[in-house]
Amino acid sequence: MPKLTIDGIEIEVEAGTSILQACEQLGIEIPRFCYHERLSVPANCRMCLVEMERAPKPVASCAMPCGDGMVVKTNSETVLKARKGVMEFLLINHPLDCPICDQGGECDLQDQAMAYGFDRGRYGENKRAVHDKYMGPTIQTAMTRCIHCTRCVRFINEVAGVPDVGAVNRGEHMEITTFVEKAIGSELSGNLADVCPVGALLHKPYSFTARPWELRKTESVDVLDAVGCNIRVDTRGSEVMRVLPRVNDDINEEWLNDKSRYAYDGLKRQRLDRPYVRKNGKLVAVSWQEAFATVAAKVKGLPGNRIAAISGDLADVESQFALKELMGRLGSANLDCRQDGARFDTSVRAGYLFNSGIAGIEKADVILLVGTNPRWEATLVNARIRKRYLAGGVKIALIGEQKDLTYPYAHIGTGPDALQQLSDGTHAFAETLRNAKNPMLIVGMGAFQRADGLAVQAAARVVGEVYGMFRDDWAGFNVLHTAAARVGGIEAGFLPGEGGRDIHGILDGASKGEIDVVYLLGADEIDTARLGKAFVVYQGHHGDAGAHRADVILPGAAYTEKNAVYVNTEGRPQLARLAAFPPGEAREDWKIVRALSEAVGATLPYDTQTQLRQRLMGVNPIFAAVNAMTPAAWAPFGVQGAVDPAPFVSPVTNFYMTDPISRASVTMANCTEALAGAVGGPAQERTGTHG
Amino acid sequence: MSAPASDHGHQEPTSFAFTQENLELAKRIIAKYPEGKQASACMPLLDVAQRQHGGWLPRVAMDAVAELLGMPRIRVYEVATFYTMYNKNPVGRHHIQVCTTTPCWLRGSDDIVHACKNKLGIGLGETTADGQFTLGEVECSGACVNAPVVQIGDDYYEDVAPEHIDGIVEALKRGETPKPGSQIGRRSSEPVGGPTTLAAFTTQADD
Repeated sequence: MPKLTIDGIEIEVEAGTSILQACEQLGIEIPRFCYHERLSVPANCRMCLVEMERAPKPVASCAMPCGDGMVVKTNSETVLKARKGVMEFLLINHPLDCPICDQGGECDLQDQAMAYGFDRGRYGENKRAVHDKYMGPTIQTAMTRCIHCTRCVRFINEVAGVPDVGAVNRGEHMEITTFVEKAIGSELSGNLADVCPVGALLHKPYSFTARPWELRKTESVDVLDAVGCNIRVDTRGSEVMRVLPRVNDDINEEWLNDKSRYAYDGLKRQRLDRPYVRKNGKLVAVSWQEAFATVAAKVKGLPGNRIAAISGDLADVESQFALKELMGRLGSANLDCRQDGARFDTSVRAGYLFNSGIAGIEKADVILLVGTNPRWEATLVNARIRKRYLAGGVKIALIGEQKDLTYPYAHIGTGPDALQQLSDGTHAFAETLRNAKNPMLIVGMGAFQRADGLAVQAAARVVGEVYGMFRDDWAGFNVLHTAAARVGGIEAGFLPGEGGRDIHGILDGASKGEIDVVYLLGADEIDTARLGKAFVVYQGHHGDAGAHRADVILPGAAYTEKNAVYVNTEGRPQLARLAAFPPGEAREDWKIVRALSEAVGATLPYDTQTQLRQRLMGVNPIFAAVNAMTPAAWAPFGVQGAVDPAPFVSPVTNFYMTDPISRASVTMANCTEALAGAVGGPAQERTGTHG
Repeated sequence: MSAPASDHGHQEPTSFAFTQENLELAKRIIAKYPEGKQASACMPLLDVAQRQHGGWLPRVAMDAVAELLGMPRIRVYEVATFYTMYNKNPVGRHHIQVCTTTPCWLRGSDDIVHACKNKLGIGLGETTADGQFTLGEVECSGACVNAPVVQIGDDYYEDVAPEHIDGIVEALKRGETPKPGSQIGRRSSEPVGGPTTLAAFTTQADD
């Protein structure tokens, strides 16, 4: 371990640490543009120059590994002069358009020019100008501002794995471009604007809408997939202006997928902002009292088994828990949070969680994907698998649909029969799994959303048992969910009770007239035609499929408008926080359920969210450990039985539109049109209203 | 590489395929590099494509190279646009490249450029109407000892004086290849007028 002296302070660092990293450990700030801790090191901006004894000239600290006995100075005259020189060169061609640049106020170049810039230019020639490039519906370009740090090129090649961006020409004529004016075919494209240290790449939907200093920042979690990415919601007044990722090394590192980042404009459209009751076939705006009274009149005297509840993909834990308790008080056991119709055993936690954790992917040496397309179902899990692939020494195989996952893999089967061959060792891939130290299995919802889901789950479990994925030191059996509400709903017990119907039973019952009232808690992805003549109560925030079918609409809050718990696919409870108030008369969801319980004469015993959460923790202690994964004990799960050899099909056919929020988003519609075809999905058919 | 047709005023072809002969040549080139390092063959293959396509590289040719090597297209564009020897715009049958970097310039390359312009009736970067000649200026050709230097096709014409241009161009027009090398008769980069030291040895060694 090399020992060196930086600014007179001795420090011992791990071998291979760069001087810049060593400085960071000491809390010394080194200016930089091209260096990014999660990307490769090109050392081309020269901003991080430091003085090193016995070196003839200043060295780029980002690329210089620490050596024993080095003496480094970061604040000497020479260093300051060198950095000022670099800054002057950078500013030769950089336009002075900060007042109209969206990066203004959060720009690395602007900040560092304050420290190292000169107050006037000595350059008399014209600045160069560069044509703006088209990079798709998410990225706005202003290429004249580019300082050629190549962070974007490295990000898209390394992290995103979609080599669409490059630097063409040379010297002063160098330009960053996509391969001939094409939209970037990556679901992680928004991060390009984040890594850009200047205002060359910007968020298109955020363009010219706000200044960073006038935004209120709220730390929250994303709910548009089951990964639970940590986000920061920036609001101005009651309007969400943008969503940015927050660093969480266990989950999303510092990246965010485009849907979670740009679907926020869907929060402003198609909103349910007041209660409605269907009168003479038409939805009429009413007061909360009338809406509750209508529901109460319908429910009163109805036997519990004729009432049912389904929760949707965006429902938070509190409202699901409250609704579950309300249903219990109404005598109904017909409730299910698996609106997608997935069949899997929920009696053993290990059977439905991403047990290794997302960060655990980096420890695996063989990864077997079953019935999933992680690139679309959980983009940042896919990014983590790619990171593992780039680190080398991993074998990845897939059973299911063949799609471009941004890393190579062996396609070893399409349906459950491959799982059986693996468990009895007759499959060609069995040998690889047997020799693996930390084998990992990732089962997607494509494997469970079928009639034989329980048997597939058992077959996957057997594979896990045979190849040592349930060890004390290694949990390699992972289930990848697609909905943020799912694991929370399961943990809160929003599942069929004793003798109750599951989602299939509820829909069958409703279409046959055996169920009179169906309560949809944000459930939109069900076949509403099968609700038959049932009286439908829809509680949610968007006028989507569920609301269209509803007889009573109770307007709820979207994830940015409430304090709520969500549990990600790892079983990690995280808090979403109120960033803006819900529109109009809409209310936080648990409060609606609580108020309704009073109206139907089955008052729930909590008046505050704290009381509700206390009760929730009593029922399931995992909710007490916020932001932590509670390890799941292993026990047999699934029901062994005959499986259908039909191939697995991923539930996500269009990455950009999976839920009511993203379906209402204009940006997501633009992405669908520009990219869904490009990234392997069905190209959207053009209709008569196109241009 | 933005919108080639409008930017550079030429029509990009829509397809490109290596000839059977060149494809075999390409395979021999690729075979020189170890497995997994095929991208190393990018530059020679671009050269093969350029020669096949009349001295310039349309985008489809870069795509063909990318496909042959399993490289992302943008990586090939980066290489092709970085090097000036790959012509991204159509050139005439004879590509006259006058070196105008300092040593050649000190030795009168401005006059050479002027002579070329007069003879051909075109400016730098332009092609004659009959598509026979393209005139260009290039940075150091690496033959400074025999400056000034003009490269035509694969041949270097050294120690060029303005009055040589007429003869060279006329010969090219007739379909002949003028004698490359020094135009004032010196051998390689020996001093003008022959060796001044160790003359006997040099002559003996050469003979």
